[in-house]
Amino acid sequence: MFNKKECVAMLLAGGQGSRLYALTQSVAKPAVPFGAKYRIIDFPLSNCINSGIDTVGVLTQYQPLVLNEYIGNGQPWDLDRMNGGVHVLPPYQKASGSDWYSGTANAIYQNISFMDRYDPEYVIILSGDHIYKMDYDMMLTYHKQNDAACTIAVIDVPLEEASRFGIMFAHENGEIYDFVEKPKEPKSTLASMGIYIFTYSKLKEYLIANENDKDATKDFGNNIIPALLENNERVYAYRFDGYWKDVGTIDSLWEANMDLINPKIPIDLYDPSWKIYSRNPVMPPQSIGANAHVQNSVVTEGCYIDGAVEFSMISNGVTIEEGAVVIDSILMPGCVVKKGAKVEYAIVGENSVIEEGAQVGSRPENVENRDEWGIAVVGHNLTVSSGSYVKPKQIISESI
Amino acid sequence: MALNMGSVMGIIFANMHDNTIHDITKSRTMGSVLFGGRYRLIDFPLSNMANSGVSEVAVITKENYQSLLDHLGSAREWDLARKKGGLHILPPFGNVEAGLYRGRLEALYGGISFLKASRTEYVILSDCDIIATIDYKPIVKAHVASGADITVVTNTAKHSADVISTSTVVNSDAEGRVVEVLHKPTLEGECSICLNMFVMKKNFLIELLEDGNARGHYSFERDVLQRKVSELNIRTFEFNEYFSKIYSMQSFFKANMDLIDPANSRRLYNLKRPIYTKVRDNAPSKYDLDCVVKSSLIADGCIIEGEVENSVIFRGVKVGKGAKVKNAILMQDTVIEDNAVVTNIITDKDVTVSEGKVVSSTEEYPLYIGKGSVI
Repeated sequence: MFNKKECVAMLLAGGQGSRLYALTQSVAKPAVPFGAKYRIIDFPLSNCINSGIDTVGVLTQYQPLVLNEYIGNGQPWDLDRMNGGVHVLPPYQKASGSDWYSGTANAIYQNISFMDRYDPEYVIILSGDHIYKMDYDMMLTYHKQNDAACTIAVIDVPLEEASRFGIMFAHENGEIYDFVEKPKEPKSTLASMGIYIFTYSKLKEYLIANENDKDATKDFGNNIIPALLENNERVYAYRFDGYWKDVGTIDSLWEANMDLINPKIPIDLYDPSWKIYSRNPVMPPQSIGANAHVQNSVVTEGCYIDGAVEFSMISNGVTIEEGAVVIDSILMPGCVVKKGAKVEYAIVGENSVIEEGAQVGSRPENVENRDEWGIAVVGHNLTVSSGSYVKPKQIISESI
Repeated sequence: MALNMGSVMGIIFANMHDNTIHDITKSRTMGSVLFGGRYRLIDFPLSNMANSGVSEVAVITKENYQSLLDHLGSAREWDLARKKGGLHILPPFGNVEAGLYRGRLEALYGGISFLKASRTEYVILSDCDIIATIDYKPIVKAHVASGADITVVTNTAKHSADVISTSTVVNSDAEGRVVEVLHKPTLEGECSICLNMFVMKKNFLIELLEDGNARGHYSFERDVLQRKVSELNIRTFEFNEYFSKIYSMQSFFKANMDLIDPANSRRLYNLKRPIYTKVRDNAPSKYDLDCVVKSSLIADGCIIEGEVENSVIFRGVKVGKGAKVKNAILMQDTVIEDNAVVTNIITDKDVTVSEGKVVSSTEEYPLYIGKGSVI
């Protein structure tokens, strides 16, 4: 038996992230590089430790190699603990057979024994594909004040975007009375952030009931939350008004990276009281050459830059040679942009090479039909050879 | 013969040559002097040892070692937080009778019980004044193969008079055996300077220490290398890769500045033999709208809004709008406020140059501004 923990976090990191295409072919979405020196999962993991939660189960399923290696023993996030700490929880074989995780609720259900070991009062369910800084302890206090069975973090979204989210209807006091998953004609703008705090006894009760229901899709949004509401359990909305972004698509991944450069967007990574931790790549400082021009960009260790960089996110170990141009783009770790190559409005995956004179992406004004424009994407470990052109909106997962 | 680097102990002298850059070492050891944008000098020998497969390292300190202890912590960053071996810090066994040690032999004698208890067979001694990426494996291998009592790592080239007069210079015969040792000579031209790294058998070192203690000897260079040059088989191992040596403020300034040229930094840094250092979890560096950055080394956690040219910028530095930084070394968390101008200076940690202030010196004599100063 381990020492009792008041709150245990369960982080859903098994999603395939199929809308990130070439970027998640060999890497689970939470392990996709973000913000020059992070991976997406650094945000929820850092939020946990900064909120005083030191026991985290990370549920993995799809392409777990990079993710498992990255999390390791949890030391970069101060989650290497004698009692608690971070644990990677893949699906496993049991006496009764073996099951993949067949839905978010099923994944948590299959790990009831993990949670039981810490005898928690509360469990917070998180997902591994959001960029935000949030104090879960404040949400937990709110949950306790309301004596709630479940508290759902919500954020106000523009009405036109509301159809992409689970939408809540809440009374003045925060109590939720209705919930619609991805409504076609949304009537509220309170969107679920996919962050739930449950009183553990209730969570366990509903997970087991849901598992016994043969028709259920074993999902929090589709089954567990509606069931709680149906039974008139106390379900509350916790309003979050900070920066929060789901990075499930190429466009949102690109936008969220660019938000880090935009001084008007309220996400501060330089606040010493709420650091976002990440595994350190151990590289020398960035070397800015005599011919370099770097503005409005974020650059990290191990880079050699002698070209022009504007409005871009340059990850560790990137080389940008003299005469190369990188604008409005994201270069993931280890990329090389050779002499005279041009990268505009693009995402270039890890260790890919853009050869001399090649071009990736283009500005929207250079495209006649605006519908044909979009972010160009080069997958991981690819080469874009001299003279090749990766068109806007094109996604390549093989070298050209 | 197969060599198991697990049988080698590393010994690093953190305080050796402190006095050569006494401004910077006023409140720290030579080993904890900040270098190259994100490192401390001890990171180089310590990472080299870790990357060479040495899994037991003793760090010998003398004074002012609080910052060193803070930097090393449990040595996890160097992968030296081990159950077997790992990092050991040996502070001086100062007592009323002994006082602080005067030289390498006395310093080591203070840790003789530790040396005796270790199960390693060979030792590598290193100081913190040489910045290099070195694989110690071939050096230990050559030492074992040659049957030498002591192997001295040297570099043979046309060194400046300043370097020579702060080094130990060795001359060897045709068979490669050292026949003459000159300590800090006045010389010119090509010669072999000692890089203050030595390999020998651990038990041989213990004998030297006990003998030295009995005779009141304390200097390894004078009392062992020089005095016993004819009775001992001392051999050299020539190291010809990139290195720089810190022996004065000017050389410290130059060693930092040299790394701005990628031709040099690519020779020093080898991704397969990374130089580890304490992790600070800084955000990446931000280059602002109107900034101009040229020919510089920038570490993480910096916010650059002004101009930076030919400078080494450490972690967490802020350069304000309209500020100009040229030929400067700005150590950790320095703040150059808006419209301030700094040229040819070295700022220690946590220095603030206030708005609009102009601070400059000449390239030959960079101005050093002490830790925490506000100008």
